[in-house]
Amino acid sequence: MSSNPGLYVHVPFCKTKCPYCDFYSITDLSLMDSWLKSLKHEAAIYRDEFSAFDSLYLGGGTPSFLSYQQMETLKDILQTHFDFTPDIEITIEVNPDDITRNKLIFLESAGVNRISIGVQSFNDEVLTFLKRRHTASVAEKAIDLIRLCGFSNFGIDLMYGIPGQTEDCWLETLRRALAFQPTHLSCYQFTLEERTPYGRLKAEGKLHPAGECEEKRFFLLTSDFLKSEGFIHYEVSNFAKTQKRESRHNKKYWQHIPYLGLGPAAHSFKNGMRWWNHRSVERYCQALTAGEKPIEASETLSPEQLRLERLFLGFRTKEGVPLDDVSGNPKYDNTLSRLKQSRHVTVRKNRIIPTQKGYLIADRLPLMFFD
Amino acid sequence: MKQIRNFSIIAHIDHGKSTLADRLIQYAHLVDDRQFRDQILDTMDIERERGITIKSQTVNLPYTSKDGNEFELNLIDTPGHVDFSYEVSRALASCEGVLLLVDASQGVEAQTLANLYAAMEHNLVIIPVINKIDLPSADIDRVKDEIEHELGLDAKSALLCSAKEGAGIEDIFEAIVERIPPPSGNTENPLTALIFDAQYDSFRGTIVSCRVFDGVVHPGDTIRLMAMGSTHKVEEVGIFRLKMEPEKELSAGEVGYIIASIKTVSDTRIGDTITLDTNPAAVLLPGFKEVKPVVFSSIYPIASDDYHSLADALEKYKLNDAALVYQKDSSAALGHGFRCGFLGLLHLEIVQERLEREFDQSIIMTSPSVRYRFLLSDGSTVVIDNPAYYPDPTEIEKSYEPYIRASIMIPERYVGLVIKLCMERMGVNSHLNYPTAGRVEITFDMPLAEVIFDFYDKLKSITQGYGSFDYEIIDYRESNLAKLDILVNGEKVDALSTIVHRDRARERAVNACEKLRDEIPRQQFKIAIQGAIGGKIISRSTITPFRKDVTAKCYGGDITRKRKLLEKQKKGKKRMKIVGSVEIPQSAFMAVLKTDNE
Repeated sequence: MSSNPGLYVHVPFCKTKCPYCDFYSITDLSLMDSWLKSLKHEAAIYRDEFSAFDSLYLGGGTPSFLSYQQMETLKDILQTHFDFTPDIEITIEVNPDDITRNKLIFLESAGVNRISIGVQSFNDEVLTFLKRRHTASVAEKAIDLIRLCGFSNFGIDLMYGIPGQTEDCWLETLRRALAFQPTHLSCYQFTLEERTPYGRLKAEGKLHPAGECEEKRFFLLTSDFLKSEGFIHYEVSNFAKTQKRESRHNKKYWQHIPYLGLGPAAHSFKNGMRWWNHRSVERYCQALTAGEKPIEASETLSPEQLRLERLFLGFRTKEGVPLDDVSGNPKYDNTLSRLKQSRHVTVRKNRIIPTQKGYLIADRLPLMFFD
Repeated sequence: MKQIRNFSIIAHIDHGKSTLADRLIQYAHLVDDRQFRDQILDTMDIERERGITIKSQTVNLPYTSKDGNEFELNLIDTPGHVDFSYEVSRALASCEGVLLLVDASQGVEAQTLANLYAAMEHNLVIIPVINKIDLPSADIDRVKDEIEHELGLDAKSALLCSAKEGAGIEDIFEAIVERIPPPSGNTENPLTALIFDAQYDSFRGTIVSCRVFDGVVHPGDTIRLMAMGSTHKVEEVGIFRLKMEPEKELSAGEVGYIIASIKTVSDTRIGDTITLDTNPAAVLLPGFKEVKPVVFSSIYPIASDDYHSLADALEKYKLNDAALVYQKDSSAALGHGFRCGFLGLLHLEIVQERLEREFDQSIIMTSPSVRYRFLLSDGSTVVIDNPAYYPDPTEIEKSYEPYIRASIMIPERYVGLVIKLCMERMGVNSHLNYPTAGRVEITFDMPLAEVIFDFYDKLKSITQGYGSFDYEIIDYRESNLAKLDILVNGEKVDALSTIVHRDRARERAVNACEKLRDEIPRQQFKIAIQGAIGGKIISRSTITPFRKDVTAKCYGGDITRKRKLLEKQKKGKKRMKIVGSVEIPQSAFMAVLKTDNE
């Protein structure tokens, strides 16, 4: 496992906002240039603080929305300030409606070797509910282009548990995704986040989340189906065709490997410290223009907090949790043997590995090992 | 010679006792207005939050009467809850008169009567004071009528005041000096001083509040606590003026404090008589009794490692609360802890809250129990207050439980509901009194066990707050009892066992299972809760496991948000005790006893 740091760049712009998404982005495109200028200042601040990155992730927002020129500038900024390993994984999140052959050729030449495409569903009714800008056929054409342009390593992002969606409808989406032979699939349970328009509808009682039993059915259906198609269920919501195709970048978040996040609302982690930037393009730019770090807050994790994170992150992945983290307390031994007995976890090579059943209650498992 | 008046204020709860005390203190200029705060005599946070007085407080008020004479008035503030009625009686024994406070809109209530009777038992001069006359709903004529007819007092003697607005305060001072007689007593006689309260101070040891009846006490004297039989050297005597003011002596008629290197409050007994070792009085002042706890519950640390810390906390707490009794206890489910006796449920709650707040203990308290008595087949009698020690049922000849006489005062329209409630709680031997038109006083004999838990809350709710309640323990009566065990996933949790009436066991068992189902959080496996008597399952409920509990995304490096969520849950978990494999929250142990028929 590599322990080189990862680099994340947050592109906080979208053509339109999706009502379920709670990642930070704005639709005021007039701020794009100052964002990019500020990004350069920010990169300069961290210039010598990280060793060579072996992953770069352009997330958002909608990174595919950037113009060629903006992408070129971004590439320059990163190349000028940071070192990258030769085998680096470079991922970009793209929206189907932004995809053109020229853009893909450009990305390929710029070094991007992994594409994550936000399809969400191959059902037009579901896409309308989600207020996505693309239709199923636009998405299919985009994926065809991705393959045509020689990207063999690409992932499709999907969502299940959407109001009105049946199991058959979801299976159909999965089948259509698999037809493109993606190397990676992210299947997210539709969640009504508090600070989103759909979250507010839920608070008003106008939108109802799926019940626990239904969520469980969808989750197991997804896991069983994709495993039968040869995928590895390596994280609660993530599936890879082979171990090599697991997202190198995202795994850094889950394994306390250092990462630097550039851009508004981006998080960074290094030496037990985590800090995060202002969740506002204006404040982010203001700080950097004034020569200050655009940091909203930071924290130094105590050993207890680090352990809690290792546990809750570990129980979400097939790497699991080091046995050392729960040893030395007879109560935990007891808990562990019960969880083994109930087949929520197994123990292999000094690590506690969650089973599929364990993934289902991954948020419950960590606190069972705290007094 | 000082002119002294000793008095107390008695009132139904919320009739404005603390506010009136505040005004009297302000009038006497003991503290300047800037430093003044409401409920000044209630020094504990918990007293101020709940608006109740737990400890007796005394304050010496200098007063110059209209005709120019100088007085020292001792106001002895008493606790206002039925759990503390003995303390109240000792405080009253230290006075010559009382202000009987009646709310101008609520009128005479059950506690007003109970307090009046208590004051009359001590032959005190009673000054009726109608408070809250500023309220729009004040009905002074009706209240005067009640004072005349329900209390049998001369309504013309009643004073009018608004403690909130400070109106009528001077009249009260004048009435105190005119109507309440000066204390009798002789400084030449051997010392007799009545202990009516004691408080612990970490620097000075126990500070004894007392009323001197005869004789004089000085620093340097050796005093003897007559009931305890112990002797102590007096370091300081003085009076309370919100803070302690040392004096050269305390003599007959005076109220004040004595500091005499008494280590803990438990080394004193409220109601005991202080005399001089060299020239002792012949007999104790009348009315001394040992206060006996009536409600019992066990306290366990949530983390068993904290046992010693809890032991320390209890020891320190006990320095200041002689009424709490405790001894070591252990439970198969909860480990090592302490069995504690309390004066009542309010006292229990106070101890719990103070242990948690002031001593930072995370504790579980088991379901409260009263003390039962059993006649066994070998002719012996056993007394138990802990269901864990319930005798072998085959050896029980007869079982007995404590009964109380409840006295409930309500507006007439609630009679039906209240009688129904009392019957449900196995009330017998009822009497109805109509002291005035529209008001009813109901008395019932009821098992203490039926009222200790939520009877008062229930009464308040069905009477929309108009019901008032007072009780005294009368005797032990034969009862058909059984021990109700609770099994969680097949495992008996001894700390959840309760003693119930056999003919209502099933009902209680069903109720307990339902309550526990609501209180115990879901876990990753199914939890079966069963109620059993003598191994026979009589009720059951099931807590379904959670099916899925995992969030979709943990992304973008924002790990912090999710960790904070878990840290919050972790805090909640601090109040859970793991029994077998099930996490049982503190609230569950109380919920077993809660009955509701809604």
